[in-house]
Amino acid sequence: MSTSKVATMRDAVAEIVRDGDTVAIEGFTHLISFAAGHEIIRQRKRDLTLARLTPDLIYDQMVAGGVARKLIFSWLGNPGVGGLNAIRRRIENADPAPLELEEYSHFGMVGRYTAGAANLPFYPLRSYFETDLPKANPLIRPIESPYGDGMVYAVPPLRPDVTVVHAQRADAGGNTQVWGLLGCQKEAAFAAERVIVVVEELVDEAVIRADPNRTIIPGLVVDAVVVEPWGAHPSYVQGAYDRDNRFYLDWDPISRDEAAVQAWLDEWVYGLDGRAAYLDRLGADRVASLLPSGRAPSGSVDYGQYR
Amino acid sequence: MTDAAPNGAPSSTVFSKSEMMIVAAARELAGQHVCFVGVGLPNIAVNLAKRTVTPDLELVYEAGVFGAEPARLPLSIGDPTIVTGATAVTSMYELFSFYLQGGLIDVGFLGAAQIDRFGNINTTVIGDDYAHPKTRLPGSGGACEIAINARQVFVIMRQSKRSFVERIDFRTSPGNLGGAENAARIRREQGWLGMGPSVVVTDLGIYHFDETGEMRLDSLHPGATLEAVRDTIGWEPRLAAEVVTTPEPTAEELRLIRVELDPGGAYTK
Repeated sequence: MSTSKVATMRDAVAEIVRDGDTVAIEGFTHLISFAAGHEIIRQRKRDLTLARLTPDLIYDQMVAGGVARKLIFSWLGNPGVGGLNAIRRRIENADPAPLELEEYSHFGMVGRYTAGAANLPFYPLRSYFETDLPKANPLIRPIESPYGDGMVYAVPPLRPDVTVVHAQRADAGGNTQVWGLLGCQKEAAFAAERVIVVVEELVDEAVIRADPNRTIIPGLVVDAVVVEPWGAHPSYVQGAYDRDNRFYLDWDPISRDEAAVQAWLDEWVYGLDGRAAYLDRLGADRVASLLPSGRAPSGSVDYGQYR
Repeated sequence: MTDAAPNGAPSSTVFSKSEMMIVAAARELAGQHVCFVGVGLPNIAVNLAKRTVTPDLELVYEAGVFGAEPARLPLSIGDPTIVTGATAVTSMYELFSFYLQGGLIDVGFLGAAQIDRFGNINTTVIGDDYAHPKTRLPGSGGACEIAINARQVFVIMRQSKRSFVERIDFRTSPGNLGGAENAARIRREQGWLGMGPSVVVTDLGIYHFDETGEMRLDSLHPGATLEAVRDTIGWEPRLAAEVVTTPEPTAEELRLIRVELDPGGAYTK
């Protein structure tokens, strides 16, 4: 039995996220912790460097909330809809202030977390040849293979101060299980100094131990477990709720207008004390509309007893 | 051919430019086996191909899925429908390392904001100054490594003077660089597995790449003219000795797009 790491979102963010930190809220389309992002805005953290492959709406909202001075990323858009307009205003017009950028490709970002997690000085990859990306980001550097068979590009390790991972379930000790798209949450968690896990469901340790192949992050590297059902909305959780594509569409006109963005933050972030209130405001009909259309349970496997 | 998708019955044989483009792109996938699906228009083209010319096509999504069997058209490339019923879900590390860089991808299917005559692609910034762009675009995502590592690259995009340009503002994903000879030498010397771009499908026609590494118009869509092509391209395009007419979409292809894949018109508007 391990000690309980269960905390409220308010306490976890207050204690674990500090001004000036590099923060990675990971999750590729799936399992993006909007609840943690909103709490960071609500607590008015400042000067954060935000890392994510796809900044998504959550970083557009956090940048609009004034928490960030820098972005590390590989694809900056509202998937299927258009741009991230609060971020674009900072980049194109320095409005209301410039935003520092450090840009990679997806594989470059994955390699950075991998090097960070494995305590390596760099990660080598065959990307970037004959592109302008190394000119745009001088941290992407060519290196000679020590075995004399050509060049590769290197990216530096990324070791976030804090990684936040949303997941289907964890036990009180932070042993965390995920199914569906895995993104690079595992790499980002192992690379980080401190880790917050946000889950749909808190389960007994026995549930974890009954299916150890599904554990992607051990409690060993986890500092806090926050139980926050629907904490990923408008992102989604495989088997629990669908992506709220309507929200992604609705964000486009809101985010084009700075006053509308601030009004949205007042209504949905500053004006609420947490996720439960957010869900109330979202309403039962909207919530019900996002449930999966049916079930698709996995087959079960037999691990066997070996006494 | 009209500009807007008609709202008429699926049996209607009137079709939009976007529908023709998606159908032509799907047909190009005939005979291919493993396809890495990019953001946007490639998503609907490959899902149509799977329902028509190549049912056994293995769909690979950068989110970490091999062998997706989407029951609905994925609205993003991280949609939950690409997971349920798939052959394998992998970490993004495995996907990019083992599947893509390891050489298992036959076709990387990309969209683009700007493309030049050699198939070099920009999806990063519009404007000469990276630090102060006129327009900030999404960036590479996985496109730069797809262009280098996929055995061949297909591109689908609408034609305009702003997108088909003599000189792209930023090279995000390499195509045939400065020409076929130059590209072949660099690919050989640097050990790339990919052979570069092979097809560009637009709302006006279909281009393949000739022996010089340059785009060549091989097929004009019904209703499209050479004049319209020249009006929407930033260089004098090479033409096949005989430019053919792309066969019209069949009633079944239109039904699949309008009824099954994209009833809301998200991709065809």
